[in-house]
Amino acid sequence: MHGRTRYGTDGKGIPLPNHTQHPPNQNNNTMDFLKNDFFLLTLTFGVFLAAKTLQKKTGSTLLNPILISIALLIGYLKLTDISYGEYNKSAHLIEFWLKPAVVALGVPLYRQLSTIRKQIVPLVVSSLVGCISGIVSVVIVARMCGASHDVAISLAPKSVTTPIAMEVSRSIGGIPSLTAAVVVVVGIFGAMLGFRILQVGHVHNPIAQGLSMGTASHAVGTSKAMEVGTHYGAFSSLGLTLNGIFTAIFTPLVLKLMGMI
Amino acid sequence: MIRQCTILFGCLALGELIVWATGIPLPSSIIGMLLLTLFLKLGWLRLEWVKGMSDFLVANLGFFFVPPGVALMLYFDVIKAELLPITVATVVSTVVVLVVTGQVHQLLRKKRNK
Repeated sequence: MHGRTRYGTDGKGIPLPNHTQHPPNQNNNTMDFLKNDFFLLTLTFGVFLAAKTLQKKTGSTLLNPILISIALLIGYLKLTDISYGEYNKSAHLIEFWLKPAVVALGVPLYRQLSTIRKQIVPLVVSSLVGCISGIVSVVIVARMCGASHDVAISLAPKSVTTPIAMEVSRSIGGIPSLTAAVVVVVGIFGAMLGFRILQVGHVHNPIAQGLSMGTASHAVGTSKAMEVGTHYGAFSSLGLTLNGIFTAIFTPLVLKLMGMI
Repeated sequence: MIRQCTILFGCLALGELIVWATGIPLPSSIIGMLLLTLFLKLGWLRLEWVKGMSDFLVANLGFFFVPPGVALMLYFDVIKAELLPITVATVVSTVVVLVVTGQVHQLLRKKRNK
């Protein structure tokens, strides 16, 4: 999820904010202000704050604050005719914190280390089975519904964080930008309905639930698991790590066995 | 605060170094996360040194996804062209991963406890 290619998955640090972007334009002063860096940052924070408050008040999982914020901000940018590139000049300052935040997941992971050790075999095996079933099912269903070959294989690494997913997509001949977009959607879907689906699927053990959330819907699912409880979040972090590693290793192999590449 | 940032960015930088030196196909952030866990376990770092900052970042993890999510607007055309297969496959497969992972884990645990 972190690091659009533009700013590199290699994290060269924070690109300098651009202060000289707005040449005075007599006809269009309001439009200029609408893309002011601080205005856009305030808007991003404010929209998320409002969406979060709304969710707290209604208690509805469907009103996912990430989804609502993304939808409202895209709406705003389309209405005002501001490009994503212009928006991202300030918004990348927020995205920048994704990588340190993923590193910070090491803390809940550390807190659960003794439990993880005791159960290492079931944790690793179930995440591996989840990884393989995810790759196989997404490709088969996509093909059955009429997806083209390139699109179908682009979906294969959909369950893991963006940098891994994009890299895998590139290596198997998929469309990395499509993969990146689908990864975001998968994450939001998992965060919104993951726990409900687990209930319906008779997965009730908290460790199994946490692990599944991270395995299926990476860091966005983990952020939801973290809200439910740090215990869930820790196993979700483990799930996203294990599936990230397995997806990087096994996607090319599985697709070859399926005759897709 | 400064110490906390030093540690978190330090782990990330080490992750970048490992990726650069070995060409391992994993993101630096995941390697940094594993390094942080390892250093805490080894006792090289104390939990209090990273606790405040990392709790803050983890609690707000979802927010940091908003800008990359807005980037969806760049891909509308690709997605629109095959919207149905993409949506159906993604939803079905995510449900499969959730339930399969959880069920396999519960099954293995039960077996073990017997």
